[in-house]
Amino acid sequence: MLTIAQLVRHIKSLLDQDSALRNVWAEGEVSNFKRANSGHCYFTLKDPEASISCVMWRNEASALTRLPIDGEQVLAHGYVSVYAPQGRVQFYVDHLEPAGLGRLYQALEELKARLSAQGLFSQERKRPLPRWPARIGVVTSPKAAALQDILRTLAARYPLASVLLAPAAVQGLDAPAQIVAAVQLLNRWSQEVEPVDLIILARGGGSIEELWAFNDERVVRALAMSAIPIVSGVGHETDFTLADLVADLRAPTPTGAATLAVPDRQELVVQVAAQRRRATTAALARLVASRQDLGRLEGSLRRESPRSQVAGHRQQVDELSQFATRAMAQRLRMDRTRLDGLGARLQSLNPAAVLARGYAIVRKLDDDEIVTSVGQVAPGDRLRVSLRDGEINSQVF
Amino acid sequence: MDELEDMTFEQAFEALELTVQRLEAGDLPLAEALAAFERGTRLAALCDRYLSEAELRVRELAADDSGDLASIPLDSWQMEAGDDR
Repeated sequence: MLTIAQLVRHIKSLLDQDSALRNVWAEGEVSNFKRANSGHCYFTLKDPEASISCVMWRNEASALTRLPIDGEQVLAHGYVSVYAPQGRVQFYVDHLEPAGLGRLYQALEELKARLSAQGLFSQERKRPLPRWPARIGVVTSPKAAALQDILRTLAARYPLASVLLAPAAVQGLDAPAQIVAAVQLLNRWSQEVEPVDLIILARGGGSIEELWAFNDERVVRALAMSAIPIVSGVGHETDFTLADLVADLRAPTPTGAATLAVPDRQELVVQVAAQRRRATTAALARLVASRQDLGRLEGSLRRESPRSQVAGHRQQVDELSQFATRAMAQRLRMDRTRLDGLGARLQSLNPAAVLARGYAIVRKLDDDEIVTSVGQVAPGDRLRVSLRDGEINSQVF
Repeated sequence: MDELEDMTFEQAFEALELTVQRLEAGDLPLAEALAAFERGTRLAALCDRYLSEAELRVRELAADDSGDLASIPLDSWQMEAGDDR
């Protein structure tokens, strides 16, 4: 008579002696896949006629790019032995690979349809991105080329921004949970420390397997919940993940995401220069108008006032006019020294340069008044037209 | 004038746009117009300084075990560039 322990030990030793069971490749369908908190994975492999319990230890499981899904066809390698406490024959799997992507794509389509029905991908949910983001959260792997691509692009286009990296694994079993945690971390930071204006979620190109974390329902929901707008840049042009669908803006690549997220510094330099030019033009126009006013005033004073008063007013006019001219001239000079790059634009304010471009200044011959409107002249008036290299006297008819 | 020192690029640019609009309206007294021009020029210079001198700042965020938030500057990100390419 044997004890149960002896019986099971005997069976186990028979199995363990069989070299064929020490190096097994088998294909089957996965069911009841569970990953315990310890990291060990338990599942069943089956075909229409039979099934076998399987174990995959944490170390081997950590090499998986993603967890298999129930119903997926896989190819497994490992050895077969007996788990004594339950007298059970088990397949100890050390390598697992998909034997076809059909089931995976099917599961993806199902999840997509389900989340879409809940409105997660609808256009109405998309939020506008801030015009000039001051703080940009980046969720990606700190070791990946994607991060360098993003930082290089941001540094070149919009170095005014400050980047907050929330690191996360972007492939493998822990990637979904880490991406969720990173998005949540940035949202906490935004609420508790300083506002974060947008989040770039990125990963370089890869197979559907490698991008699988971006199709994880937990990730999709965390992105939908984020109070901060999301720009996704996952994979290459042709890769479309559920994370892309739920993001407020989808870019084809990490570099593309950084490009869409911020304005271009060069364009801003041009915009500032345009404002500066408009300010100068408006101020010059205002100054010309004042001189004309003062000129008229002086004329009427000369007619109506004692000489001394006229002199007083004339002095005021001169002082004001000189002050204004000095201020303008000094400003223009400073601008020119400071902004070599913009020198050409400022140069276009110079009347000589304007004339060189084909414009003319028209003055009345009698009083030198500048003619800016047809209302200022009448037939018979004589005019002086200044061009780039000389003047033409003419008459209105 | 010291108010300018505290402005972000965005604030300075928006103030510049406003100043230019006031100037272009053309109805300011001369002294005010010149003051507006002066201010506009300072704002434009501030914007240019931001655009030419800014350097991207990168920090890495972390939450410790008790959930406290912290950030560490990543000054060396540029040195690491290219390793993975």
